[in-house]
Amino acid sequence: MKHQNLAVSIRGLCKSFGPVAANKDLSLDVRWGEILALLGENGSGKSTLVNMLSGLYLPDAGSIAVDGEPVYIRTPADSFRLGIGVIHQHFKLVDVMTALENIILGLPKKSRKSKKAHEKAVSELCDRYGLHVDLHKKVYNMSVGEKQTVEILKVLYRGARILILDEPTAVLTPQEIDRLFDILRKMRDGGKAIIIITHKLNEVMAVSDRVTVLRKGETAGTVETASTTASQLAAFMVGREINLDIERVEPKNLSERLNVVNLTCVTEDGRKALDNVSFTLNGGEILGVAGVAGSGQKELCEAIAGLYPVKGGAILYKNVVDGIEISENIVGKTPREIFQKGIAMAFIPEDRLGMGLVARMDIAENMMLKSYNDTKSLFVDRKKPTEMAKTLIERLDIAAPGVNTQVSRLSGGNVQKVLLGREISSDPTILISAYPVRGLDIHSSYTIYRLLNEQKQKGVAVLFIGEDLDVLLALCDRIMVLCGGKCVGIVDAKTAKKEEIGLMMIGEGGGAYA
Amino acid sequence: MRKANGKNEPLFRLVKLDSPSWKRGLAQRALALLLAMVCGALLLLVLRKNPVAVYWQMIVGSVGTKVALTNTIRMAIPLLITTLGITVAFKLRYWNIGGEGQVCLGAIAATYFALNFVGKVPSWLLFVIMFAAGALLGGLWAAIPAYFKAKFNTNETLFTLMLNYVAVYIIQYLREGPWMDPQQTGFPQIPRFPMEARLPKVLGVHVGWIIALVLVVLVYVYLRKTKHGYEIAVVGESMDTARYAGMDVKKIILRTIFISGALCGVAGMVQVSGADFTLTETVAGGVGFTAITVAWLAKLNPALILVVSFLFSMLEKGANSIQTVFNISNAAADVLTGIILFFMLGCEFFIRYRVVFRKKKQARDLETAITAAVPAAAQPESVPTQPEQEAKEGAECSR
Repeated sequence: MKHQNLAVSIRGLCKSFGPVAANKDLSLDVRWGEILALLGENGSGKSTLVNMLSGLYLPDAGSIAVDGEPVYIRTPADSFRLGIGVIHQHFKLVDVMTALENIILGLPKKSRKSKKAHEKAVSELCDRYGLHVDLHKKVYNMSVGEKQTVEILKVLYRGARILILDEPTAVLTPQEIDRLFDILRKMRDGGKAIIIITHKLNEVMAVSDRVTVLRKGETAGTVETASTTASQLAAFMVGREINLDIERVEPKNLSERLNVVNLTCVTEDGRKALDNVSFTLNGGEILGVAGVAGSGQKELCEAIAGLYPVKGGAILYKNVVDGIEISENIVGKTPREIFQKGIAMAFIPEDRLGMGLVARMDIAENMMLKSYNDTKSLFVDRKKPTEMAKTLIERLDIAAPGVNTQVSRLSGGNVQKVLLGREISSDPTILISAYPVRGLDIHSSYTIYRLLNEQKQKGVAVLFIGEDLDVLLALCDRIMVLCGGKCVGIVDAKTAKKEEIGLMMIGEGGGAYA
Repeated sequence: MRKANGKNEPLFRLVKLDSPSWKRGLAQRALALLLAMVCGALLLLVLRKNPVAVYWQMIVGSVGTKVALTNTIRMAIPLLITTLGITVAFKLRYWNIGGEGQVCLGAIAATYFALNFVGKVPSWLLFVIMFAAGALLGGLWAAIPAYFKAKFNTNETLFTLMLNYVAVYIIQYLREGPWMDPQQTGFPQIPRFPMEARLPKVLGVHVGWIIALVLVVLVYVYLRKTKHGYEIAVVGESMDTARYAGMDVKKIILRTIFISGALCGVAGMVQVSGADFTLTETVAGGVGFTAITVAWLAKLNPALILVVSFLFSMLEKGANSIQTVFNISNAAADVLTGIILFFMLGCEFFIRYRVVFRKKKQARDLETAITAAVPAAAQPESVPTQPEQEAKEGAECSR
């Protein structure tokens, strides 16, 4: 009788995509009135599980029971009816509508009542759980945290009793995360069952009652949060002991490599994506960039790489031509022109398979993406890229059957190794990396940190756009904080505090320059 | 269905196959053809025809005699060349639906020289000029929407489609206006080509078939081995990646679509000067649209295009021949080809996916093992397997 009041009970769930078993024999329980953390690396089957609970996928085998009753969740509507509410990582809100309109959108006919009545009911809900949001604010005017609150309200108002949050903290500042956790605790105390999906260990420790760890689609085990530690969980998640410390090499022989002056970029709809951003990037250091998602990180990287139109300002590259050091403005130059100037710039874009690599080509073909045109011949030379692919597979320990494996068939970590490997092979002097460890498992992430440190030691100027503040603080030498396209300040990573950066990310504090 | 909400497993679901084996694919295609023939037989029985005889006639009438084979090949030539053109565009993910118009423009250019340059230049040079002019005009015609696509990101599907109608009306204008044959009374026509402007025959069919085969090889090499081919593949996959790699995306779009249109233009030139010997509005005859089907069925592979376009022509020729031999109406013959195409195209889906049906209730209960779902009487003799034990535990919890 130990499992009284089970909210969701999953037994032996299996789901395969072709040869890939995303979930195999996955079992877990969630009780009413508890927060269960679902911990697992990318590719461990967390999202697949969520998609099955929300009615987007059908399991191949196994069973799901809600409140002790076996159920088949065939559509998202079924999922709603069962009281399951999913807050997806990417919000599903209508931008031009207000919070309230989004919340009551698509409610069943029988609950049709006046907007006023809805507003009253939603406000009551807000009070009960301590949610703060202006119900008449349009979604496009909202911060990420506010949007998430609306998403939570949306599922609560539909009567969700079981809440599933898919990586809810990925885009929040430390302060917003604390607020979210308070709300979750209140909902738990109100008797709801909450599943929070994450791969951040400190958050698991902070908020959950129990942890179920997934590894390669299987349940590796379930533990009480109070009786475990972060490093134990990490070992559980990876399957062996690992060292969670990130090495920071002392920077040596710093020399100015890139000088960005008053850089301003405007989006297609006339918004300033970058507003007067100025900073210098030195050879031999890692400059981190922190900020809430969409603060101009993408535009900054692409502007430097020659892929985003620049409205004003300059990007000066310190180049040595015939032994004389000169500053060249690379604004307005295409990637090819920058390359032809002899500037060896490596760029790891955020969208690896949509920009950095060609998903449907094999590893060898991806090797020649930037160099295929170096020869005069009419035909492509496949010999050199094939050799290069072989070397990389060996050197970076890429798990691939061979050089002719399609990149789209590789796991996230291996995709990133192919991309980073190719970029490093070009002996760059600048390395721009946008979220290089996003979606990577712990082991691959540490390989990437090691490779970035290697480049730094070689004197390469590394720009590191990150989202995990702990990682930024541990890996980088200096951290620039962006907020709404403006540079709020640059801090010394060795002395900066997480809370301080968190405040700067929402535009408060700052002014500090290191 | 309605009351089943959340309580019942769906009847069937689809499972994507990992890497479909070619053996399975071949077997499924054969099965699809068989099913198509069975379905078609029903139609033929309603029409009071002997299905076996009709099917046999389709084969004999398309490849059974030398005359039939020659005709089939003659039909395949423009289809093959046009498909090659369409394929080049499709590799770029540029949906060129304007093959029809580009064929027309190629034919117009070739006709101009055929009507005006005979006797002024040697015959071989005339063919070279006609060929080049057909390719050039077809290419330029295709380049119009490509320019707008590259410059303003307009929708090429609509644009290329609309230009087809413009092309046909240009021919109509020429037929009724400047190029009208003054010797013809009654229905206005464009004059027939002089002998010097008609493509010579090799082995009974005009040399278009050699041109087509050479183009198959050239397109294969172009797409697979050259830098241009690599660029096309990258741009087709992702324009962002192409820009990232430093490629000039606009130039690549324009260049590739020019080549695509030029190939279609060549098809038009070959058709007027090899088969029709005059220019009519039906010079393309739907080939620009059929080419789209052929290109997809052949998975944009030039070698397969050769095979598929021939099979398509066989089907068309066979359908023609049963009309005359068995006095089957044109419409009924079209329905028959439609049935065959429907099954052949439909089976592509089953080559990639597998359908899994819901298991029988008993088996499912044993496997899934949940709470009260197992009626005790259903399996009186079953050994308590692990899932069942779990089920019992579960049942306890629910109480």
